[in-house]
Amino acid sequence: MSLLRLEDINTFYGGIHALKGVTIEVNEGEIVTLIGSNGAGKSTTLKTISGQVKPKSGKILYNGQDITNTPPHITALSGIAHVPEGRRIFPRLTVKENLEMGAFSVKDKKLIAERMERVFHYFPRIKERLHQKGGTMSGGEQQMLAIGRALMMQPKLLMLDEPSMGLAPIIVEQIFEIIKELNDEGMTILLVEQNAFQALQIAHRGYVIQTGEIVMAGLGQELLVNEQVREAYLA
Amino acid sequence: MDVKNLLSTIQANKRLQAIIVGLYIVVTFASLYLAQKSVIAFLLLLASLLLLYFTSFSNRVKWLVGGLVLVVLLPLAASQGEAYQSYMEVATLVGIYIAMALGLNIVVGLAGLLDLGFVAFFALGSYTYGIFATSQANNFMPFGHYPLSGESFWVFIFIGCLVAALFGVLLGIPVLRVKGDYLAIVTLGFGEIIRIIFNNLDKPVNITNGAMGLASVKPPELFGIQFMYPSQFYYIVLIILIAVIFAVRRLEYSKIGRAWKAVRENEIAAQAMGIHLVRTKLMAFAVGASFSGMMGVVFAAKQTFVDPTSFTLVESITILVMVILGGMGSVPGVILGAAIVTILNLQVLTELTNWLNQLSLSGVIHVPDALSPAKMQRFIFGIILILFALYRPQGLLPAKNPVFDEKDLKDTDSNHPMNTGVHKGGTQHVHLDS
Repeated sequence: MSLLRLEDINTFYGGIHALKGVTIEVNEGEIVTLIGSNGAGKSTTLKTISGQVKPKSGKILYNGQDITNTPPHITALSGIAHVPEGRRIFPRLTVKENLEMGAFSVKDKKLIAERMERVFHYFPRIKERLHQKGGTMSGGEQQMLAIGRALMMQPKLLMLDEPSMGLAPIIVEQIFEIIKELNDEGMTILLVEQNAFQALQIAHRGYVIQTGEIVMAGLGQELLVNEQVREAYLA
Repeated sequence: MDVKNLLSTIQANKRLQAIIVGLYIVVTFASLYLAQKSVIAFLLLLASLLLLYFTSFSNRVKWLVGGLVLVVLLPLAASQGEAYQSYMEVATLVGIYIAMALGLNIVVGLAGLLDLGFVAFFALGSYTYGIFATSQANNFMPFGHYPLSGESFWVFIFIGCLVAALFGVLLGIPVLRVKGDYLAIVTLGFGEIIRIIFNNLDKPVNITNGAMGLASVKPPELFGIQFMYPSQFYYIVLIILIAVIFAVRRLEYSKIGRAWKAVRENEIAAQAMGIHLVRTKLMAFAVGASFSGMMGVVFAAKQTFVDPTSFTLVESITILVMVILGGMGSVPGVILGAAIVTILNLQVLTELTNWLNQLSLSGVIHVPDALSPAKMQRFIFGIILILFALYRPQGLLPAKNPVFDEKDLKDTDSNHPMNTGVHKGGTQHVHLDS
């Protein structure tokens, strides 16, 4: 069953046609990746879903409901967690405060503590840094915190925008393993990546986006061996 | 090394702290009591609060002792001589500025919105009471007889608060489309617009009496007692201030307080957490403005005269200096900053000027009038800002992040999945692959 469906989405930045009739689908329990080069419209797609950018036309269906033009704070509450590009953590708040912000809408303190335990389970490193200010951590730790913070919302759909950006290969591998683990436990994931090789390896399905258009779609393994994809993104 | 040792012994020993603070208060109290003209003794007695802040007593003890100093000791010690009212005047103004700085601190320090026109809300509060507590309101109000009695003052504290909050929201709605430097420029414009409107709103209908200002504002009245002297206003301000500090403390760690900080740190991430950006920012403007509005009412009643020259850009900058000097986002810091700047303005610079004048008169040195310290206020603020930006950007008493205590930490330790909680939420965790 499809958890998220974008139908013919057109998004503009002023006069620039950033998304040209994008149609993608994410089924429950899947990892779907959206790959493409710089400026292809990957982040814009995520921003359009979360409501930071409004599409000019088209429809976004989430759980069968139309969420087109829903403001971002409402989509966040409805179970779509967006981990924005570039690790946007709260630099001057402690790691613990950062995590608590993820459960902003939760009042039950016990539930917050429980969710935090789960985050520590995935990212033991975060627990060691609990009282440090977010901004003083390394890039990899910040990315872990950004994902951990999103997990505090206990989302149905986790949208990750370039989690591998600017990280050492070994950290990237760790993070992708955790994404896989999260998915194994039932979380649906929409992963935007430039690092096509790694993304396609863990994804069930993938879409290739080029200058705002979806030019190819298929199973992760298929795309991984596809000649065109190999030439353009994996060479 | 010895000093360090001494400090750590004092830090470890509560009884020693009690003796030191107690002695300090007694000595400064006695010196102000005996030497009425000594501004230094007055300031030192006030500084006992700072000393108290650094002790390791519980908050309740600190509040009790601090309350004792402010409610009983300070007025009592100052009341023995002619300078009584001028001391109380200074203390009252310090209180007014602290409340305003705490309000601005919410906007700038917590929500991260640079506001350079903050004094506008103070002006709104002042004029709200000023217009209705003089005969001015007769000019345009179709019903009622003005001035209202001094008893209405107490209601006007809340009205001033509401009017300022309302304008905070009205300012916020258009202004929040811009960020950073642009926001600062727009708010600066708003501050000036409000002042200029008050300056010109004597035609076609005379509402504010223009540049002439509103004279003989009715003093507050309660049970037939008129509040005319700074020593009386001192207590009004003290009560409002305590309420404000209490409110600020509660707000800071509440849901909205956390939302403010998140918005300050990163708007996009804050939105992704489910925070309504516009509403959160408007709340910051409204709450910050409301403190200012309340104190505006008090200010109008205390001065018994309101005119636009009290609400210039320099005032806005002064309040901002208080926040930056003390430490953005830090409540104790902002209180200290406001106290220092106000006292610097009212006491230190004036005293220094008097002293230099005396020296000039007696022919020891000659200081030209243009160089008198009282006229160098802006210069001195500029220097302070530059020095702080360079050497202590976090302010005198920087904001602290909450840290949980040892006990709390142990609790989470025992909940760690490695120890006990494996089955708690981790039953479905698949670990076969690792």
